[in-house]
Amino acid sequence: MVEQTADDKTVLPAPDSATAKRRRAWREVKDKLARYGVGFGGISVIFAIVLIFFYLLYVVLPLFQGADLETKTLYQTEMQQSEFVTLNEYNDVALTVNGDGTARFFAAESGETMLDVEFPIQDKTISSTAAGAAVTGIFGYGFEDGSAFVFNQDFKVTYPEGTTRKIIPRVEYPLGDKAVQIDPKGQPLTLLSLQSYDDQTTFAAVTADSRVVIKSITREASFLDPSEFTLEEESTEITLPAFTNITHIKLDIDQRELFLVDDKGYIHYYDIQKKTAPNLIQKVKGVPSGVSITTLEFLTGGISILVGRSDGQIDQWFPVRDKDNNYFLHNVRSFAEQEAPIVAISPEQARKGFLALDRSGQLGVYHTTAQRTLMVEPYLDTADAVMALSPRANGLISLTADGGVKLLDIHNEHPDISWHSLWEKVWYESRAEPEYIWQSSSASSDFEPKFSLTPLTFGTIKAAFYAMLVAVPLAIMGAIFTAYFMSPKMRSIVKPTIEIMEALPTVILGFLAGLWLAPIVEENLPGVFSILFVLPIMIILTAWAWTKLPRQLREKIPDGWEAAILVPIVILVGIVSMSMSATLELWLFDGDMPNFLNEVGIDFDQRNSLVVGLVMGFAVIPTIFSITEDAIFGVPKHLTVGSLALGATPWQTMTRVVLLTASPGIFSAVMIGLGRAVGETMIVLMATGNTPIMDFNIFEGFRALSANIAVEMPEAEVASSHYRVLFLAALVLFMATFVLNTIAEVVRQRLRNKYSSL
Amino acid sequence: MKQSSSIKTWFDSGKPWVWLNAGAVSISLVMVVGLLLLIAVRGLSHFWPADIMELTYQEPGQETEILIGEKVDHETVPAQRLQLSGLELPEGQEFARRTLLKVGNRDYYGLDFRWINDPWIADINYPEGIMAIERREWGHFYGYLANVKQQGEVVASGDEAWDEFQARLERSNSLIQQIKGLEKTEIGKINHGLEQLRLDGRRLELNGVEQGSLPYQEIEEQRKLFDERYATLREELNGLYAALNRDQITVRMADGREVEIPMAKVVHAYKPNGMGIGEKFGQYFHHAWEFVSGEPREANTEGGIFPAIFGTVMMVIIMSILVTPFGVIAAVYLKEYAKQGAVVRLIRIAVNNLAGVPSIVYGVFGLGFFVYFIGGSIDEVFFQAKLPAPTFGSPGLMWASLTLAILTVPVVIVATEEGLSRIPRAIREGSLALGATKAETLWRTVLPMAAPAMMTGLILAVARAAGEVAPLMMVGVVKLAPALAVDNIAPYLHLDRQFMHLGFHIYDVGFQSPNVEAARPLVYATAFLLVMIIVILNLAAIGIRNRLRETYKATES
Repeated sequence: MVEQTADDKTVLPAPDSATAKRRRAWREVKDKLARYGVGFGGISVIFAIVLIFFYLLYVVLPLFQGADLETKTLYQTEMQQSEFVTLNEYNDVALTVNGDGTARFFAAESGETMLDVEFPIQDKTISSTAAGAAVTGIFGYGFEDGSAFVFNQDFKVTYPEGTTRKIIPRVEYPLGDKAVQIDPKGQPLTLLSLQSYDDQTTFAAVTADSRVVIKSITREASFLDPSEFTLEEESTEITLPAFTNITHIKLDIDQRELFLVDDKGYIHYYDIQKKTAPNLIQKVKGVPSGVSITTLEFLTGGISILVGRSDGQIDQWFPVRDKDNNYFLHNVRSFAEQEAPIVAISPEQARKGFLALDRSGQLGVYHTTAQRTLMVEPYLDTADAVMALSPRANGLISLTADGGVKLLDIHNEHPDISWHSLWEKVWYESRAEPEYIWQSSSASSDFEPKFSLTPLTFGTIKAAFYAMLVAVPLAIMGAIFTAYFMSPKMRSIVKPTIEIMEALPTVILGFLAGLWLAPIVEENLPGVFSILFVLPIMIILTAWAWTKLPRQLREKIPDGWEAAILVPIVILVGIVSMSMSATLELWLFDGDMPNFLNEVGIDFDQRNSLVVGLVMGFAVIPTIFSITEDAIFGVPKHLTVGSLALGATPWQTMTRVVLLTASPGIFSAVMIGLGRAVGETMIVLMATGNTPIMDFNIFEGFRALSANIAVEMPEAEVASSHYRVLFLAALVLFMATFVLNTIAEVVRQRLRNKYSSL
Repeated sequence: MKQSSSIKTWFDSGKPWVWLNAGAVSISLVMVVGLLLLIAVRGLSHFWPADIMELTYQEPGQETEILIGEKVDHETVPAQRLQLSGLELPEGQEFARRTLLKVGNRDYYGLDFRWINDPWIADINYPEGIMAIERREWGHFYGYLANVKQQGEVVASGDEAWDEFQARLERSNSLIQQIKGLEKTEIGKINHGLEQLRLDGRRLELNGVEQGSLPYQEIEEQRKLFDERYATLREELNGLYAALNRDQITVRMADGREVEIPMAKVVHAYKPNGMGIGEKFGQYFHHAWEFVSGEPREANTEGGIFPAIFGTVMMVIIMSILVTPFGVIAAVYLKEYAKQGAVVRLIRIAVNNLAGVPSIVYGVFGLGFFVYFIGGSIDEVFFQAKLPAPTFGSPGLMWASLTLAILTVPVVIVATEEGLSRIPRAIREGSLALGATKAETLWRTVLPMAAPAMMTGLILAVARAAGEVAPLMMVGVVKLAPALAVDNIAPYLHLDRQFMHLGFHIYDVGFQSPNVEAARPLVYATAFLLVMIIVILNLAAIGIRNRLRETYKATES
């Protein structure tokens, strides 16, 4: 070798020259750059992946937050005679209806007067006041002479300068600006209730001589001139039993039901659909003795009543239909969070929640469907006050008897979701019993959303169960044969063929399931089941026949090609079963098996769990097959060879040695397959009817979590409870598959270590 | 006795169970191959110009009618079932055989398909004169050509009618091409310009520029220019439309009624019964090409699927551009730079598991995080003038690609890591021993050697992405996109647009369309195309992987 010296001509600069140093430094910089660049990139990719979990959690968490009050302003006014107060949609204009026949609209934040109203009641003496459902903004006065007067609030919103909002409040008189005679006998009205909705106004009042009078007025606008109208009146009277002292009277918004409460704690439930013939449906004791009813209020929608009691408990009652189609009031749920007598209940207008104020000044925030107490906090020093929720339930105003106004912001975004409403049986309004129901939306706004994830989770489990029923035996048995008995040449074809199916888009499988397989299964139901029984028998018979074939013929096909011999048998059995199906159907099921099943009492849908099981099983087979096959193939050879050498047959070696060693691998294969079945969307979406029922019947469909997300997510309003519940469903799926896969992965890692130590 | 004991020993030997296991493999194979064959046969036969039969049909108690149509299906059902659906059959008959005939002419018959019972069919023949017309509306038409008209005057009838018809059809189709071209490019540009002007106006408003000041006047002037250009184009279009509506044909239906079809409504017409096998193949490839390159018609149930193919390809390309660098960097970090320990093992398990997380979860994440959160923020900052109409704050191509990139990044990471771990230590050590830095070793020796593994990962990712539908339904796919994501209006590539996708097309046409029966062949054809793409991609990945293994076996020894 020739010594190389620094004098030699070389392309490289000398190691200690400035150029070389500079280059080395530059290379070092590049190396560092790459190190930090890759480190940063790698960590951020991993971070992005982890972000999925945290983002889902971030969207879901607000569901479980409680309510929060924040005082906005607090000021003193001279308004001291308030009977009712309201707050408008934007929490900026409030109305107080006073006991002296006046009302005032004022700016909620400052108390500045916007409009003073003096009602044209001449010199009548006011004996009672009443408010209709908060949505309608209806109020009324009852007078000493048995007449009543009605008006409603109205807010006109204009945008005079483009973007800034201006609200002009005013009052309207739906029945004209004159009082209406309610009691023909002219007795003072001591208690009044009224509702006005869709041109119909109904009054119900208790008179000084303890009678209940009802008057309904229908306003019919003239065809020619809408501003002219005629009024049609109907009236009646309910005679109460002697010594009944009514303390509360309430009409529902549809003016079909009347509730009376007396001082002994009885609730009288009247059907007043026919205004001339009220019908007492039920008189029920609403409270135990020693406790009295202090408030009565309707929940939004006018189906449930909320009963506030002197012991601080609030009960929800609604009519429940029994077996004979009769409705009876039922105490559905109670909230016993407060201790002092309840003095006021404010229902929300768009949700089934409400606020309750008790005598000690504590305020409770509740939601009925979710059975949730979101908050109980001291609110006022006095109980002598009126309060009102704004229509969006994000603002609360109260006016005390001495003129103190308190305006609050309420942060209560998702009172309707709780563990109870998501996973347990819930007694929904107008239902006969507590149930699991998923029904997320409907046309009307006072609809009670039913967010039970239980039927959806059940659907997912049902789908996965039937899929695994198909996939596990086929995949594991197939893997056993492929890994251990099949000839290497055939294995090199079979394995990739089955594995490629893993990549087949599930939308295609779903389409075939829904449009091709479902009708075939429906028409050849007996055939499908006969394949199940006939195929194993035929395979064994073929195997037996094979042993009887002449030796020369058998030796032409070497061991390990059994699967190939069986292919024509499988096809043949399939074809014969299908073509025999119609005959079988005629013999056993009167020629129409789905119809037969219906008659026996088993519901049959065309797109049912059987179809899903078959197709999703098919989709899961490659996953399980591939991992099981790897696990069995990886069993160290010396174990099997040793077993065979000791005289065990190949099958004994298989079951006693190989399967035992590979069982963790098989377990993890099943787990991963299960994970895939749980999360599969397109097949369940396309091959079932997507009805959320809870029934394990194989001939009926279901609605799975994943399909539900796919169907409803695009329509869900961002940040609504529905939207967040769908995120929760996604989180549940994420967690379920993540846990299944992690178990599988850990088991697999341990198996790998075991193999390497053997 | 001997017989039974030999059966017993046979069972004891375990042979029957081995055969049963073999049966499981056979069943799986039959299902896999059968499924592929089913899709292939149904998908490919969609383009075949099947013969059209003319038959006499005599339903008892009804008048004899003549039907023309394509035979689609044939089945044997228990008589009971038909009787349940209200059909009178002779007593004692157990089975009924019936044929599904595609009779077309939906606008006249109400239904394109009709089940007819075999015993009542007589005189099946295949007259050469029957033609099938593919129409722009109402599906196929089957019947005889009576004459060709121009402005209501008969110009050709009898034998010459067919040639005249073909010639005039060519003219009308080229006119339609012209009209479409004008509407898409020129009028599209005008609309785009007008929209830009509107946005400019809105921007001025937002910036508090006084109404009626100079900038507003400029906008007004430009708007006038656009209006003028539009007026001249409208004129031109009207002329074209008038020319298009010149010709009509008269056709005779099976029942003898003669109806007139405007030439503009005809896509093309053929007489399958008179065709030789060569001609049929010509027609077949013509149909297939139209399917791949044409626009959908009739709520996607007819015509081509070009926009869906284009959308799928665009999405996959953008996804690949996003997923490759990130996946590779993450894999290199995990394998080469990160300290191998419990944390990295945990991360590896997590990454592996993410490949098994349901795709719908990624869709939910994409919708919430990308579309509403990031997209909404982008709109607030950059597209304020357009609000409240969202630009990036609504599902679109960009977000779909990004969501699928996240969905497939574990695949790329796993494949690349596997490739990196297959490279022998000796190669790395050799490079380091020669004085190369770690980065140089990586860049010059390790990564080039791992390139095929990355390629495998990318192909698998693409195959998965091409077949995913569930997440796309949330982040950008629509049943009918008004425009492709690439066009001649700056910035040429519109990442905010919604797009069509092959997989979603299958779902939509198969399950949401009003006329599923008529659309079914098209769905099979689409499914076949999608399966082909995915199987080919997977085979490529497997091929590369196998070759890779062979290569390293050589280096390892």
